[in-house]
Amino acid sequence: MDEDLLRQIVPAVLAVLVRRGADFATAEDAVQEALVEALRTWPADPPRDPRGWLVTVAWRRFLDVRRADTARRRREALVDEEPPPGPAVDADDTLQLYFLCAHPSLAPGSAVALTLRAVGGLTTRQIARAYLVPEATMAQRISRAKRTVAGIRFDRPGDVATVLRVLYLVFNEGYSGDVDLAAEAIRLTRRLAAGVDHPEVAGLLALMVLHHARRAARFAPDGSPVPLADQDRGRWDTAAIADGVVLLQAALARDRLGEFQAQAAIAALHADAPSADETDWVQIVGWYDELLRLTGSPVVRLNRAVAVGEADGPRAGLAALAEVADDVPRRVAAQAHLTERAGDRAAAARLYAEAARRAPTLAERTHLTRQAARLHAGTHPPG
Amino acid sequence: MARYLMLKHYRGAPAAVNDVPMEEWTGDEITAHLRYMDDFAARLEATGEFVDSQALAAEGTFVRYDGEGRPPVTDGPFAETKDLIAGWMIVDVDSWDRALELAGELSAAPGAGGRPIHEWLELRPLMSAPTTTGE
Repeated sequence: MDEDLLRQIVPAVLAVLVRRGADFATAEDAVQEALVEALRTWPADPPRDPRGWLVTVAWRRFLDVRRADTARRRREALVDEEPPPGPAVDADDTLQLYFLCAHPSLAPGSAVALTLRAVGGLTTRQIARAYLVPEATMAQRISRAKRTVAGIRFDRPGDVATVLRVLYLVFNEGYSGDVDLAAEAIRLTRRLAAGVDHPEVAGLLALMVLHHARRAARFAPDGSPVPLADQDRGRWDTAAIADGVVLLQAALARDRLGEFQAQAAIAALHADAPSADETDWVQIVGWYDELLRLTGSPVVRLNRAVAVGEADGPRAGLAALAEVADDVPRRVAAQAHLTERAGDRAAAARLYAEAARRAPTLAERTHLTRQAARLHAGTHPPG
Repeated sequence: MARYLMLKHYRGAPAAVNDVPMEEWTGDEITAHLRYMDDFAARLEATGEFVDSQALAAEGTFVRYDGEGRPPVTDGPFAETKDLIAGWMIVDVDSWDRALELAGELSAAPGAGGRPIHEWLELRPLMSAPTTTGE
């Protein structure tokens, strides 16, 4: 059986059941049973319309479960009416799943897991591997999430911002396991963008595509991260960059700016520069000003200070950095970078060492330790 | 989601409030203690927050490279003053506050007299893999 095809149609089948009024958990069980049935019968007798077949079988299974539940029969009489058969267009149905899986009642980790399962069609094992937790843990995380959303009926669209946050979390999880979560997040966001007419959906899609386009250059062969300025720009995916820029321009033309569009605009300016020296830092600072206005985020304030350091020199950058709270992650690393550029190598070496102690990832710690060691060697002759 | 390591010490941590060596507990007290730990882990598995848990034997040895073709040098069992780790649990939770809450709960495992041990647990974030963005 074609696994890719199944991954495309299973969420759509689930969506049809949910739209018809099935509760999420029972609907999912019914779809799984229909899949088992498909595995048994399709090799000998392939259906002409696999999705229609799955919808019919899964719906019957769902009704069987419901009918067996005599205590609740009367209440459920309403949904027990067989709907008219025939294929339904999937866009709207799948959209309901996005909103259900990203429901605000779910913790972010649970929303992510449920989205990958129900909308992405990934197996529990694939999701567990991607997140480096035991399969039993992930199975429980998903079934708890299903119970949480069990009573929620979807008759109107949910909050787009919540869905986008969940998709962005998936994208940021990176590349562990046998499923590329970044590519998966792009696929899911593309499908969302096809059904939801919202500039921030397009903005997030553009942002993901632009980041992803630079992926091949972001890590050295030994797995260590390569800073933007040192990346081999010949390894950037120019077709994907062009795609991201087109998506972004269409979103910006709507004149409803949001934080993902602003972030994508910054990513596009980086991607557009033929070399690090030719980066349009002045425009980037302008976008950071917009982003700061939209979010007030301390992390944005930090990134803005780094951009100011590039646009107006390290002294201006350090002045902007003075407005960033001490406990913002990577603040000391930024201070070390600007201090080195301002010419004080000894102070920069001390700051890099301190930043390394505070680094949140092993790769960053190694990178910052190397920076400290490089400056230390320059300021303290051996012996 | 972020990962945290909860380290339980044989020695090296500040003394627990209810600080009675396990060999002086009653059998029922030991059973209650173990059941508490098992229930705790099972509950975290159910919430999707459990990653791993292992107990370490008390006996350990230091090993060091000591030149080509020579056996490694060991300094035998740990001296009484050394830190000694009894075991760990790794959790995957939404926030630092949640990690603190869980460590507090684990520290309340019952000990002698069926009262909580109030032992000190070391709580450390695990370093994570690099994320996609943040250049």
